Amino acid sequence: MRVMAQVAMVMNLDKCLGCHTCSVTCKQTWTNRDGVEYAWFNNVETRPGLGYPRGHEDQERWRGGWELDGRGRLRLRSGGRLRRLAHLFANPDLPTLDDYYEPATYDFDTLVTAPADESRIPVARPRSALTGEPMAVTAGPNWDDDLAGSPVHAAADPVLAAMTEQVRLSFEDTFMFHLPRICEHCLNPACVSACPSSAMYKRVEDGIVLVDQDACRGWRMCVSACPYKKVYLNHRTGKAEKCTFCFPRIEAGLPTVCAETCVGRLRYLGLLLYDADRVAEAAAVPAPADLLDAQRSLLLDPSDPEVVAAARRSGIAEDWIDAARRSPVWDLIARYQVALPLHPEYRTLPMVWYVPPLSPVLDATGARGGDDADADDVFHTITGLRIPMEYLAGLFTAGDTDRVAGVLLRLAAMRAHMRRRSVDGSADPALLERVGMSAEDVEAMYRLLAVAKAADRHVVPAAHTERAAELASWASGCSLDGPGGPGMSPTASRGGVVPLTLRRRRPR
Amino acid sequence: MRDTLLYVVLPYVCLTVFLVGHVWRYRTDQLGWTTRTSQVFERRWLAWGSPLFHVGALLVVLGHAAGLLVPQSWTRAVGISDHAYHVVAVAGGAVAGTVLCAGLAILLLRRFVFSHRVRLVTTRMDRVLYALLTAEVVIGMWQTVGVNVLGAGYEYRGTIAVWFRGLFVLQPDAALMASAPAVYQWHAVLACLLLAVWPFTRLVHVWSVPIGYLRRPFVVYRRRPARSGVA
Repeated sequence: MRVMAQVAMVMNLDKCLGCHTCSVTCKQTWTNRDGVEYAWFNNVETRPGLGYPRGHEDQERWRGGWELDGRGRLRLRSGGRLRRLAHLFANPDLPTLDDYYEPATYDFDTLVTAPADESRIPVARPRSALTGEPMAVTAGPNWDDDLAGSPVHAAADPVLAAMTEQVRLSFEDTFMFHLPRICEHCLNPACVSACPSSAMYKRVEDGIVLVDQDACRGWRMCVSACPYKKVYLNHRTGKAEKCTFCFPRIEAGLPTVCAETCVGRLRYLGLLLYDADRVAEAAAVPAPADLLDAQRSLLLDPSDPEVVAAARRSGIAEDWIDAARRSPVWDLIARYQVALPLHPEYRTLPMVWYVPPLSPVLDATGARGGDDADADDVFHTITGLRIPMEYLAGLFTAGDTDRVAGVLLRLAAMRAHMRRRSVDGSADPALLERVGMSAEDVEAMYRLLAVAKAADRHVVPAAHTERAAELASWASGCSLDGPGGPGMSPTASRGGVVPLTLRRRRPR
Repeated sequence: MRDTLLYVVLPYVCLTVFLVGHVWRYRTDQLGWTTRTSQVFERRWLAWGSPLFHVGALLVVLGHAAGLLVPQSWTRAVGISDHAYHVVAVAGGAVAGTVLCAGLAILLLRRFVFSHRVRLVTTRMDRVLYALLTAEVVIGMWQTVGVNVLGAGYEYRGTIAVWFRGLFVLQPDAALMASAPAVYQWHAVLACLLLAVWPFTRLVHVWSVPIGYLRRPFVVYRRRPARSGVA
């Protein structure tokens, strides 16, 4: 057993309202530069829908991720090492800018400089942010947001295309949800494995996958190898860039920008301990439906004394082991088992997990005349409903609808249990037994999913780099605020609560 | 005087710029050391042009190495007649040159005619490089096809190759080059200039051919350096 730590994320999709705040704050932080205008390290997709880049889940076309060869060994779907080097001159699997979208800006200048002439109203026309030429805006990172235009576009959703005719024809009446996506910081990253110049790497300390900008030579194999299409080519620098998991913030013990600014408070951040020796084995499980269990089995219980001892042997610091014990991510993935990985069938062992949305099921319950707070009605709907179960299974369990149903049942049972508790203080043992959870666990899960404060949602221990801690303290405070310093204020020296609002004066 | 300048001074100046330039660029500009791929902007033309160009260029370089570095006396010693050598060299050179020319033509059309986006990301050094490279390739093809296939032919191995090898033993004989046909002289001078601009262009990616990839474990782990950057 070789214990390694991984900073991981869980997103509770029931709470995502599709406001794109995460995308915008991420963009402002990381990609508001020339060359990556089209890149969104964090994007929010409406599902069913095209996704960004369009149809990125169609691995028949893009050949991202891993597959098993004839002898059951892992192989990058885009081919072996020799084949990759043979394609250095032209990568047949690389998406072009038009598969993302052509970034546009507007002729705002004409609004200001147009002559005063009532008969002609000046218009800010769109221009390409790349060429400066007038263009028609016909694509964007959320072109089918909230099912806009989905009668036309949604048929191109690869997950939907894999489903039966009946599902495809009736989906629009049934459900919709938002899927925020960042880099998965996989345990078995295809991008890292495909990088010819070894510029991409996974950090030993926290599992964050990064591109060494100095070492990248622009062979652009990572872009096509990533099945989630979360590595982007900066067309100005000619180098690859990707979601950094906001590592400077994580190192300082702060949550990522997307998690911090999430309006729905649906992102959970925490540590996972995993057995690095068994990664390749877990990724090579023959049946795709078994990948979820294989991936979960890699994660080590941080309260198991043996695991703790092994973690210490691997040099993981005491406060990190403690943080792993308090990890909300571990609870959602392993204890309550309500979080699922996105597309486990890509065999990259992704480390951003999702609590599947119950809301479309509840809508369907209501539409059938049932009571969406009645556990039996909801259970009945979940088991009887083929949509969107098949769709969710296509996203999160490699097609195994039973696994998705199990998670949704737990979430539905949690709602029913909490309702009874708050209405008349009773509990239904049969209900809890059906989902195999104790009342304490259900209530703890409820607390985590519904009312958890930031400190419970984001458990990020600061990195063990003395320099990092030092710099971080400079960044968050004023250097003049030291003891005896000119900027020293009573609150700064005493600690305590800083008032955020002005004290209100009483009217005389 | 002119011959000494062109065939002794110029080559050494260019080779020095080539070597020192590479060291300087490698040490100061790792961030700029890249292929500068434009495939995200355009893929159809590139899918043909780039492989043709690169394979052609590799073959041409190999052909030049064989022709310039292997002395005539060696091939004679192993029993290859000058005529047989010439026929094989010209045929091989014509094929390799045609592949290279086809690739270069496609890439030039792609960059400067068909794709506005690619033209916009073309730097000044790219333009210098393309101009030199195109001139060099056209002259090279003229030598192969115009002089050797259609014309009377020219036995460069007795003159140019000797001068070339002389450069590396610090005894270049400018008179050998001065006696060569003009196209051969231009070809040599342009080659020197190409070497001189090499370290300042995207050509540096040639030295980053990722051979090590074949023997590396798939997943690369790295420890954070002791002095990690905190933004």
